[in-house]
Parts: sequence; C-alpha cells; structure tokens
Amino acid sequence: MQIQVMTNILDRNDQIAAEVHKRLSAAGIFVINLMGSPGCGKTSLLENTIVGLKNEISMAVIEGDLFTTKDAERIEQYGVPVVQINTGGGCHLDANMVSSVLDSLDLEGLDLIVIENVGNLVCPAEFNIGEDVKVTVLSITEGEDKPLKYPLIFKQASVVILNKVDLLPYTNFDMQSAIADITSINPDTVLVQASCLSGIGLPEWYDWLKEQIRMKKTRSI
Amino acid sequence: MHEMAIAQGILDIVLKTAAENQVAKVTGIKLLIGQMTQVEPESLKFGFAALSIGSIADGANIDITIVPLVGQCNSCRQEFSVERYCFLCPNCSSASVTLVSGRELAVDYLEVE
Repeated sequence: MQIQVMTNILDRNDQIAAEVHKRLSAAGIFVINLMGSPGCGKTSLLENTIVGLKNEISMAVIEGDLFTTKDAERIEQYGVPVVQINTGGGCHLDANMVSSVLDSLDLEGLDLIVIENVGNLVCPAEFNIGEDVKVTVLSITEGEDKPLKYPLIFKQASVVILNKVDLLPYTNFDMQSAIADITSINPDTVLVQASCLSGIGLPEWYDWLKEQIRMKKTRSI
Repeated sequence: MHEMAIAQGILDIVLKTAAENQVAKVTGIKLLIGQMTQVEPESLKFGFAALSIGSIADGANIDITIVPLVGQCNSCRQEFSVERYCFLCPNCSSASVTLVSGRELAVDYLEVE
C-alpha cells in the first residue's frame, strides 16, 4: 500500500527559520547569513564592517564554528555583542541552533545581526536560518571555477563579495570568467570586488548594507 | 555531510506519517531530490539506514527521483532546461527567470504494510 506524503524534508527547519525571522523583523533588525569557504575572509569582513560602521549602526554577531571560539574572541575585541554556536562538527548552522541562542542577545536597539555560518561552500546553502539575505564571500585564491562547482551558494546569495582582490596580480584568477559565471547563475546578485586587507571595495558593501537596514526599519515601522 | 540532517528530517516525516496512518512497517520511501540541491544520494541512504535502525522504517528501500533543473523566462515565457547553471533565457537572453523545478527535497510517498 502507498501513502502519499508530499512533504518538504526541510519544512520543520523552514518553520523555525520563519519564526526567527518574524521575531527579528518585529524588532526591526536586518539579518545576514554570511557564508563562504574556510579562510575566504568572512570574519575579516565582519571586523571591517564593525569598524567601518561603528558610528552608524548597532550590530550583533552570531558566530557559527565547529568546535572553537576563535572567531567569537576576534569579534569580542571590538566591543560588539557576540554569541557563539558550536556545531560540534556539524557542517552548517540550522534554524534551531540560531533560535536557541536568540535569548542571549539584547535585541533592543539593534540594527543588524550577522550570523557567520560554518566555513563551507556546500551545506550552509541548503538551510534557512531566519535571515533576510544570504551573503557569500569568495576569495581570489580559491579560484574562479568555484561558482560553477558550488552553484547553489551563489544562486542563494543577494550579495557575492569577491575578497582579496589585492592578490590578483599574484594569481591566475580570471575575474571576467568569475563574474560571467556568477551573474549567469544569479543575475540579480550584487557583486562587490573587495579586499579586507587594503579596504578597497568595502565602502560599496557598507552603502549596500546601510540601505538594506534603512529599508528594513521602514518596513517594520 | 549535511545528508545526516536531511536523513533525520526524512525519518521524522516517515515516523509521523506512519503513526497518523497506524502503519506497522514502512518498506519503501520515495524521495524527490532536485538537481540543484547539494545532496549526495548514497550518503543520504547510508545516513537514513543508520538512523532508522530499530524503527518501523528499518530496512526500508529508498527510491530517489532526481528532478531536473528547469527555468521559465518571465519575458518570453519559454520553459527551458538550465544548462551549466546558466539562469539566462536561452531564447531571449532575459535575466528574469523563475525556477520551475530542481530545488525539491521532498518525501513523495511511502510504501507500507
């Protein structure tokens, strides 16, 4: 005998993600799910963003990491509220993990929460965690073939940050090909060429972010 | 290896459905997996087999249908198979394309006794 089910396997996760999103939206907070490979510069982007926008926005960080608190310690030095989620070897954050740490954050007065996902180009792309947008960081040294190898994480991203462009002269990274692949996978994405070391391109990212926060506040009033 | 998390999601759905229908044994599970999901079928089967030991779905055969990646152009309405993950309309080059299929991750039906 057959029983028709037709149920999305990630329904439960998506329900919790929707609850997280609703709670943070009610507080007028814009939420980013920050994804990318280990070492692509997610934490460096966060550090730069904290410093670059410290007089303009109030932000908090949720740090996903397999076992360590290294990234959270880096962020803490900047005086920003940070909560650590250790996945204990799990390759991605899910909505329940994020939901369970929300009470540790004082949401009052926050403009932005960045959730730094586990460094990984595969698994995080499948799981909504309550974010408004996904942002994917790809560093020059990873090679321009990565978008076509891991298309989903680029398809899902509202912004793709091509980081470490200061290293372009020392690599054979084909920028034209990378841009062509990313825009054909995701024609709507905003592409930012940046270097967290030199600071080039970051103002463009800050402007985008401030505009999103402003729009989020307008929507939630 | 997020297949384990997906396998747990499948087991939860299977056990809930079985309980609602007072089923004693689940012998087969039909899954729909989109081409643009990052799920490795063999890992998923392995994960499910490990998680379902001792449950009423222990030993159930997992049958996976891969759903092709298809887009539809919002300008000229052409439906097309998405090749090389290029989401530009092959007919009119429009960048406004809706995903028709290829992102499924669903339990379709159960075979039960």
